Amino acid sequence: MRAPDTDLPIVLSGITVKAGAVTILDGVTQTIAAGAPTVLIGPNGAGKTTLLRVVMGLAKPDAGSIVWGNRDDAAKVRRAIVFQRPVMLRRSAAANIAYALGAAGVPRAQHETCIAELLSLVGLDALATRPARKLSGGEQQRLALARALARDPSVLLLDETTASLDPAATKAIEDIIRAVAGRGVKVVMSTHDLGQARRLGGDVVLMHRGRVIEHGPAAQFFAQPKTEQARAFIAGELLV
Amino acid sequence: MSGDTSALTLILSGDPGLYRIIGLSLVVSLSAVACAAVIGIPLGALIALTRFRGRDGVIVVLNALMGLPPVVVGLGVYLALSRSGPLGSFGILFTPQAMIIAQTILVTPIIAALTRQTVEDLWLEYRDELAAMDIGPAARIGTLVWDARFSLMTALLAGFGRAAAEVGAIIIVGGNIDGFTRTMTTAIALETSKGDLPLAIGLGIVLIAIVVIINALAWAARRTGERYAG
Ligand SMILES: Nc1ncnc2c1ncn2[C@@H]1O[C@H](COP(=O)(O)OP(=O)(O)O)[C@@H](O)[C@H]1O
Ligand SMILES: [Mg+2]
Repeated sequence: MRAPDTDLPIVLSGITVKAGAVTILDGVTQTIAAGAPTVLIGPNGAGKTTLLRVVMGLAKPDAGSIVWGNRDDAAKVRRAIVFQRPVMLRRSAAANIAYALGAAGVPRAQHETCIAELLSLVGLDALATRPARKLSGGEQQRLALARALARDPSVLLLDETTASLDPAATKAIEDIIRAVAGRGVKVVMSTHDLGQARRLGGDVVLMHRGRVIEHGPAAQFFAQPKTEQARAFIAGELLV
Repeated sequence: MSGDTSALTLILSGDPGLYRIIGLSLVVSLSAVACAAVIGIPLGALIALTRFRGRDGVIVVLNALMGLPPVVVGLGVYLALSRSGPLGSFGILFTPQAMIIAQTILVTPIIAALTRQTVEDLWLEYRDELAAMDIGPAARIGTLVWDARFSLMTALLAGFGRAAAEVGAIIIVGGNIDGFTRTMTTAIALETSKGDLPLAIGLGIVLIAIVVIINALAWAARRTGERYAG
C-alpha cells in the first residue's frame, strides 16, 4: 500500500465550464465526501460527463474552484476514471493493467501479483493474454475498471459504465462496483439507469442544464423528492 | 523472350559481380531506411504531439518533401561533399556512405510525415486515457510509437520502396563505380544505355523480387504481431 493520502473530500464551489458561448456547467457547488457511491443522474447533455472530467482534473473550469482533500493542485494522485467509451491500449489485457501500474509508480516487482489480483477481481483471469481490443464490450469495461483500480484510487469516477451492456454484463459491473465501494473506495458514477441509481447510490445528484437541481441520500431522493424536477425525472417524465 | 532467358541464366549462374551489386543495393537502402527511421519517427511523433506557431506550415513542407526529386537531392549532397564543399574534408564523395546520406535525406520526410499522421490519429484516440493516467510528454511519445508500431511498419516500407527504386541521387553521389558503388538501379541505367538489355532486365527482375519479398515479410510480421497485440 502506498501513502495513505486521500483526495477526499472533493469540494467544488461555483464551477462553471463553457465551450464558446455555451455554458456546460453553470455554477456547480457540491461536496463529495467519503461513503457509499455518489450517483449523478440527469438527462443527456445535463453536464454529467463534464462534471466528472472536472472532478478528475481533466477539464479546467472557467470559473469556480475545486479542492481535492485540501490540495488544489490537479495532480491525479489517487483518482481514477473510467470513460464512457474506454480506449484499450493495443496490448494484451494484462499489459493494459501493467501499463497503468507503471504509470502509477508501482514497482515492477509487484506487477505480476497486482495484475493477477485485479484480473481476478473483475473476473478476467482467463483472458489475461488476450489482445484487449478484441474483448467484448462488457469485458472491455471490466478491464477498464481493473486498469483504473491499478492506480489504487481513493476516488473512482465512472461515466455511464454500463450504458451499452446487457443485463448480465451490467450485473457483473455492479457487483464489482459494490466490492470496490465496500473496500472504502469512494465511487462517483453517472448513469441514466434509475434502477442502478437505487441499487448502488448512497447519495444522488440530479443535474439538468449544467446545474445541480437536487442532492440527497438515495432513499430520501427517491421516496420524497424535494423538487418538482426530481419528482418528474423519477416518474420517467422528460426533463426539457 | 531471349533477353529474359539470359537474364535468368545470369541470376541462376550466381555471377559474383551480380551478387555484389545486389548486396550493395540492399546495404545502402536498408541503412538509409534505418537512419531515416531513427530521425523521422521521433521527429514525426514530436510534431504530432506538440502545438507551436507555424506547425501547419511545417506539416505542409514535410508532406511536400516526400516528393523531393532524387536528382536534386543528389546534386545537393554532391555539392556538400565535393572537395570544395562544406563537408568535403570527409572525403566520402563516390562512396557508399555518400549514397546512404543521399537516400536518408530522401526517405526521412516520408517516414516523418507518415509517422506524424499515424501518431496524431492514435493520440486523438488515447489522449484522455493517457491524461487520466498522468503520462508525461516523453512517455507519451514512447507509448504512441510503440502502440503504432505495426502501422509505422508501413511508413518504413514506403521509405524502403523509395530508396530501393531511386537512381537519380545515388548515381550522382556514388558515381556508379564498378565493384564499389554500383547498385541495381544504377547498373540498370548503365546497361540499358550500353544496350546490354539481358543484364538490365535480370537486375530489374531481381529488384522487383526483393521489394516484393521484403513487403511480404513485413506483412507476415504485421499480421502475426497484430494477432498477439491487437
Ligand atoms: N467540448 C465541447 N464543446 C461544445 N459543447 C460541449 C463540449 N463538451 C460538451 N458539450 C455540451 O455540453 C453539454 C453537456 O455535456 P455532457 O457533460 O457530456 O453531458 P452528459 O454527460 O450529462 O450527457 C452537452 O450539451 C454537450 O453537447
Ligand atoms: Mg455523458
